[in-house]
Amino acid sequence: MRRLTKLSAVAAVAALALAGCGGSDSEGGGGDKPAASDDVCKTADGDGPKIGLAYDVGGRGDQSFNDSAYAGLEKAVTDFDATCIEGEATDGEAESAREDRLRNMAENGATAIIGVGFAYSESVNAVAPDFPEVNFAVIDGFDPDETANDNVAYLGFAEEQGSFLVGVAAAEKSKSGTIGFVGGVNNDLIQKFEAGYTAGAKAANPDIKVEVAYIQESDLAGFGDPAGGKAAATGEFDKGADVVYHAAGGSGSGVFDAAVEAGEGNYAIGVDSDQYLTATDAQKPFILTSMLKRVDTATYDFAKSIDEGKALVSYTVYDLKADGVGYSKSGGFVDDIAADIDGYKDKIIGGEIKVPTKP
Amino acid sequence: MTSFNPKTIGLALLAPAIAIILSILVTTAVIAAVGSSPGEFWSTMFEMPKPRLRVDIVNQTAMIYIAAVAAAIGFRMGLFNIGLEGQYTIASFAAASFAGAAYLGGFANVAASIIVAMVVGAAWSGIAGILKTTRGVSEVISTIMLNAIAVTLVGYFLNNYGVKEGNTVHTKNLEPGSTLGGFAPFEDRDGEIWALSIIAVLVGVGFWVLLNKTRFGYDLRASGQSESAALASGINPKRMILVSMMLSGAVAGLIWLPALFGGARNYGTSFQVGLGFLGIAVALLGRNRPLGMLFGALLFAFLSVKSNDLTFSTDVSPSIVQITQGVAVLAVVVTYEVVRRWRTRLEQRAVSRELAEAREATA
Repeated sequence: MRRLTKLSAVAAVAALALAGCGGSDSEGGGGDKPAASDDVCKTADGDGPKIGLAYDVGGRGDQSFNDSAYAGLEKAVTDFDATCIEGEATDGEAESAREDRLRNMAENGATAIIGVGFAYSESVNAVAPDFPEVNFAVIDGFDPDETANDNVAYLGFAEEQGSFLVGVAAAEKSKSGTIGFVGGVNNDLIQKFEAGYTAGAKAANPDIKVEVAYIQESDLAGFGDPAGGKAAATGEFDKGADVVYHAAGGSGSGVFDAAVEAGEGNYAIGVDSDQYLTATDAQKPFILTSMLKRVDTATYDFAKSIDEGKALVSYTVYDLKADGVGYSKSGGFVDDIAADIDGYKDKIIGGEIKVPTKP
Repeated sequence: MTSFNPKTIGLALLAPAIAIILSILVTTAVIAAVGSSPGEFWSTMFEMPKPRLRVDIVNQTAMIYIAAVAAAIGFRMGLFNIGLEGQYTIASFAAASFAGAAYLGGFANVAASIIVAMVVGAAWSGIAGILKTTRGVSEVISTIMLNAIAVTLVGYFLNNYGVKEGNTVHTKNLEPGSTLGGFAPFEDRDGEIWALSIIAVLVGVGFWVLLNKTRFGYDLRASGQSESAALASGINPKRMILVSMMLSGAVAGLIWLPALFGGARNYGTSFQVGLGFLGIAVALLGRNRPLGMLFGALLFAFLSVKSNDLTFSTDVSPSIVQITQGVAVLAVVVTYEVVRRWRTRLEQRAVSRELAEAREATA
């Protein structure tokens, strides 16, 4: 369990125990497993590439973004005989701490270094030129200046496309003709989720009404506020919505609770990873599906490109075509409409439907 | 008030020494309790930092120290300015916006931005000051609420007027002529000590002079120790509250400027949050004394920066140093009180012995 705090492991184990860890259903979820108890980097000793994975705040065990990156790393280690190092971020850390983490990895022999989260954009930009022989990747990242880095890959996602599909699911499952959306923070990134969701719902049912609420206007605390998520979702259920999709990170558990309280016939939709797998037993019957953002695919893909000697550089967008986004079927709630959803999926991939990125 | 005999100095050093030993013991116990090796932890922490970390430690010390002085100005007056966080957030944003707009060129731009930061910081803390003097609102409550308002306001302005890039948004980048860089003591890739870190030195010296050599400093200390005594000696308490609150906010406005002009170039993802709260902790640790706070800032910076090494050579989380820091502050507050009482008792005993001797002599 190297480098993962034992404290947080204890907390994670406790949380899992309380949550009633179960469900081996892996359909659609790929390599999503709830917080692995042991660390692949401790045992890996292959002669493949050495991968450095620098986590965002939250680190391993967040059952979402970071864990998804770890799942990709785990797969890469098995497939390419790779070894790895992990680095954990702390809350409110200085920019120099992120840089130091990346430099440490490069100095310890990592040849492929992945920063999980856009917060690494600046630090990778500062560090990459000093290590021309190392390849870097930033999940959700961007190049902050005019000089292009020829050893950095920016791995983005077409969140609007995945959201479109769960929008279709919401509209088709809704009996009341009203559905809801809860965003964590009202910024460009989350608006992509809203835009895709609304477009998908309207495609499936042009008369559908979509209630939209954001927990915070700009404060990132909106991603870690279950009470706020619950209040926002409850408001939408009260207005007649019977399916509510959240793009609110850690606030999502509050949205699930709101669905539970709204009672049978009401649903919530998860985000990023297959949240049915990590939800509590009480919440499970209410999680219709989840919009998958395959950070694991991006991580694995980048490692693969290094292994093959054709390192990814510049911008790559993981869309439906690349299996970078999608929806989950865990729980079997959408099995009856899966054919419909997949029909829209094919149209998006074929270019017949263009999904908007702005609401 | 105090004379410089070895006994008083020994007593003064006793409290921080106990506090540090206590925080080391508690941290060790926590690490051992979760089954990791405390020995590994401490040997990693006390290993000589690499050159680039030494540079980081200096930079972080400077910013934390400015924050500590800002807190201390309020504390010496008996005001708990919990709002440093909001004050430096909004002041940093204002300064970055002003500097990015490039109304002025080169160094004039830097100087003007420093003034903008101080004015905005002072104005923001001034709100709490006015609320306290006119409506009697506790500054603890109002500054905490102003923290939340500052973060929301800055977010609103960034969303609507900021430069969008990828998934983030930030203020306009500084013109290359307005970045100051710094001084690289080692190789270039090890980073630079930011030019504006010098603000910390100026603020520290200024604080000492203000407190000990000026009328205002006397008024400040007097008001802090006894408001009624201060009033009796002709000090206007309302004016003192407002002025010291604004002064505290003005200094808070400076906290992040070294980073802004040193390397960050804009207010965005690289803005460092939490320095305001660190400053409050360091002011408590350093007992609001210029030198004490310097030691505290250095200790906190060292722990924070060095903790990054933990993820590579141990299985202890870097977050553990927050426990070390927290216990150090708690322990210093408690031990100072204990030592103070013990010293008072020693003094009382000495006085009563002298009185008894004097009585015997006269009898």
